[in-house]
Amino acid sequence: MSIISFRQVHYTYPGDELESLCGVDLEIEEGEFVAVLGHNGSGKSTLAKHMNAILVPDSGTVLIEGIDSRDEDKTFEIRRRVGMVFQNPDNQIVANVVEDDVAFAPENLGVPSEEIRARVDAALKQVGMYEYRTHAPHLLSGGQKQRVAIAGVIAMQPKIIVLDEPTAMLDPQGREEVLSTVTRLCREKGMTVVFITHHMDECVGADKLVIMSNGYIKAVGTPAEIFADVEMMAREGLSVPETTKLLYELRNLGYELPLDALDEQSCAAAIANAMKKQTRS
Amino acid sequence: MSEIRVEKLRHVYSAGTPFEKVAIEDVSLTIPQGQLVGIIGHTGSGKSTFIQHLNALLQPTEGKVFCGGEDVNASKFTRRDVKWKVGIVFQYPEYQLFEETVYRDIAFGPKNMKLSEQEIDERVREAAHFAGVDEELFERSPLELSGGQKRRIAVAGVIALRPGVLILDEPTAGLDPAGCRRILDNICEYHRQSGSTVIIVSHNMDDTARIAERIIAFDHGRVAMDGTPEQIFSEPEKLEAMGLDVPKSTSLAMALKAEGLPLEGSIYTHAQLLDAILRVKEAAPC
Amino acid sequence: MLKDVTLGQYFPGNTIVHRLDPRSKLILVVLYIAGLFQASGWISYAAVTAVTALCMILSHIKPKNIFKGLKPMLFIIVLTALLNMFYTSGREIIPGWHMTWEGLARSVQMILRIVLLITGTFLLTYTTSPIALTDGLEMLLGPLKKIKVPVHEMTIMMSMALRFIPTLIEETDKIMSAQKARGADFETGRLTERARALLPILVPLFVSAFRRADELAVAMESRCYHGGEGRTRMKVLRFAARDWIALALGALFLAGMIVMKRYGI
Repeated sequence: MSIISFRQVHYTYPGDELESLCGVDLEIEEGEFVAVLGHNGSGKSTLAKHMNAILVPDSGTVLIEGIDSRDEDKTFEIRRRVGMVFQNPDNQIVANVVEDDVAFAPENLGVPSEEIRARVDAALKQVGMYEYRTHAPHLLSGGQKQRVAIAGVIAMQPKIIVLDEPTAMLDPQGREEVLSTVTRLCREKGMTVVFITHHMDECVGADKLVIMSNGYIKAVGTPAEIFADVEMMAREGLSVPETTKLLYELRNLGYELPLDALDEQSCAAAIANAMKKQTRS
Repeated sequence: MSEIRVEKLRHVYSAGTPFEKVAIEDVSLTIPQGQLVGIIGHTGSGKSTFIQHLNALLQPTEGKVFCGGEDVNASKFTRRDVKWKVGIVFQYPEYQLFEETVYRDIAFGPKNMKLSEQEIDERVREAAHFAGVDEELFERSPLELSGGQKRRIAVAGVIALRPGVLILDEPTAGLDPAGCRRILDNICEYHRQSGSTVIIVSHNMDDTARIAERIIAFDHGRVAMDGTPEQIFSEPEKLEAMGLDVPKSTSLAMALKAEGLPLEGSIYTHAQLLDAILRVKEAAPC
Repeated sequence: MLKDVTLGQYFPGNTIVHRLDPRSKLILVVLYIAGLFQASGWISYAAVTAVTALCMILSHIKPKNIFKGLKPMLFIIVLTALLNMFYTSGREIIPGWHMTWEGLARSVQMILRIVLLITGTFLLTYTTSPIALTDGLEMLLGPLKKIKVPVHEMTIMMSMALRFIPTLIEETDKIMSAQKARGADFETGRLTERARALLPILVPLFVSAFRRADELAVAMESRCYHGGEGRTRMKVLRFAARDWIALALGALFLAGMIVMKRYGI
């Protein structure tokens, strides 16, 4: 069974005329790193907010480990399983001291004091912020704040972590910090990660890539499969990695090239190969 | 004319307290009228402090800033006057919108200049055109518009000052690829048509490489590199040492060279990369 | 820059006063104020002054810092002193002037009382971090929850406000720079003009504060926040021997003051 499953989910914000989700079907498996890519207003944040019952569908169902998100008695069961990290790091940190902030969720869950201490220390170590545990959050860099926010949700010991454009307000260094932290949580701790972004380079390492547009899911597949459809990506106003773009253009010029060489190394190798073949023939 | 000249600039925050921090140290440079300059550097390298000196929002601890040959900190009046010559669009400028209508928000700057109604109107329309703000939006409240639209309105609010120098701090931060492209295109078009100096502070190397004529790299409060994109991106090791990326085309070109492809010339945009590969093909003996 | 303003007035340190449980310090301040209001004669005033001085020495707080904090109150202090001096009947100092010896004595005592009152509360805020203070307050007022006083809500509001003060100050700074760059003038003009000049700052600040509040609420709910019920704490406050001793001394102080008042000294 999928750990998250959307079935024909429709949602319209109160007061809006247009639907924000227009019949979304999506299955996410345990331990997967899923990236969701789409332009502003494509419905990707709305999708994220359905994953921990901040929003519930107007029609259709969202199941988290089999729990229906519309069951109000189970709301906290769902939120404990799905940690959410949001775009603006300043607006999700609640305490004046880093470790107190990380303790917030376990305190809400009524975890005994000694265990909270242990969880907080472990969570801070996992995101590499343990040395900063007594610092004031407003003096940290953007990337550090987001890592504190990530620690704040892993202290709940969730199975799934959903990040809603966590890198949009960060500089390149901060983006790298956040991406490598969640990638490690997924690969080493087996956490399921849903990573929402509009930076396509951040999706390259994902297991599954979901393209959203105007409330619909346009495509689901591996990044290599999705990016290979350069025309579709262009239609959606999204860019493709430099590697894919180059391969695509050279292919249109008559070279025999694969479109799924995403990283620089394999892309360069493929091009060099094709060029040599061309010269020989 | 609005040539910018900076001499031995030094800026220290919270001088004399335990929080004392040197943000800018020994910066001297000249930016001639009409240049399109990219300023790069990681967070905390001093680039934001630097730009705020150019319109006297910050005063130097040591050194001087000249705009059009005049010391901007000579008196209270020059400090105010330079605000009309050097316009700054800050990071996330949409958060500074406050008027009830888009039109009035764009008119805020010209109104502070005490211009006539007619001239204000002329400037608002011109600025809206340059920044890509549709006149149909003029009577709407800026607060109910989308993020990209708000950003363009805020840019128009500064262009309406008709500054000889337009400075933008991370103008594309937080926008999606389509929004980024649109705002950069508008800025380039403004630069071409108005002949103003444009200074863009950015983390995005690909954009900076594509549009800037000159790039200045800040590191630890000093100018670490200053030159054309060719010069700057021909030293990727130096950029990496400063914690900066190189454009993706440059690093892909490096990977191709490592594979034995004899790419020639400096490569920092996608078009150059494609061109260089095709030239290899032509040169190759068949 | 606005950022340089010290907030919460907390001076971190590791003195015995700093180490006291915030709850003991809150109770001690109440005892202190109660004792202070018992003072009537010169001897009792001298006693309170001595105790205050002792606390200052123990907490390594310099008189300079207290005076700095007193400055904004100066007007009120001088005004009360003057009123007392002129409106107390008794022997006139200079015949024909409404200024009496009794009035002078009374105003000196009045000044002492206000200064000591403020000093006492400053000692609390100077030696206790805002977070510890709200935690202490929530636990002390805990019993009031039984009669439906929203103690948890009040204290979480306080700590949230403390958390966001630096963020909002930074934001004000940014908005001010941005509006100044568009030629806004906050320094010159008449009072009404200056008040109007604040609009370009206040409007964006409010809009952003509401947006933040909205996002914060969603983030808190996502982390299973559901009010104070069933909530545990990572840092549990515990009374140490020094707290009991301090409280005993505080009680002794109040008793002494009451006795002194009996004897009118």
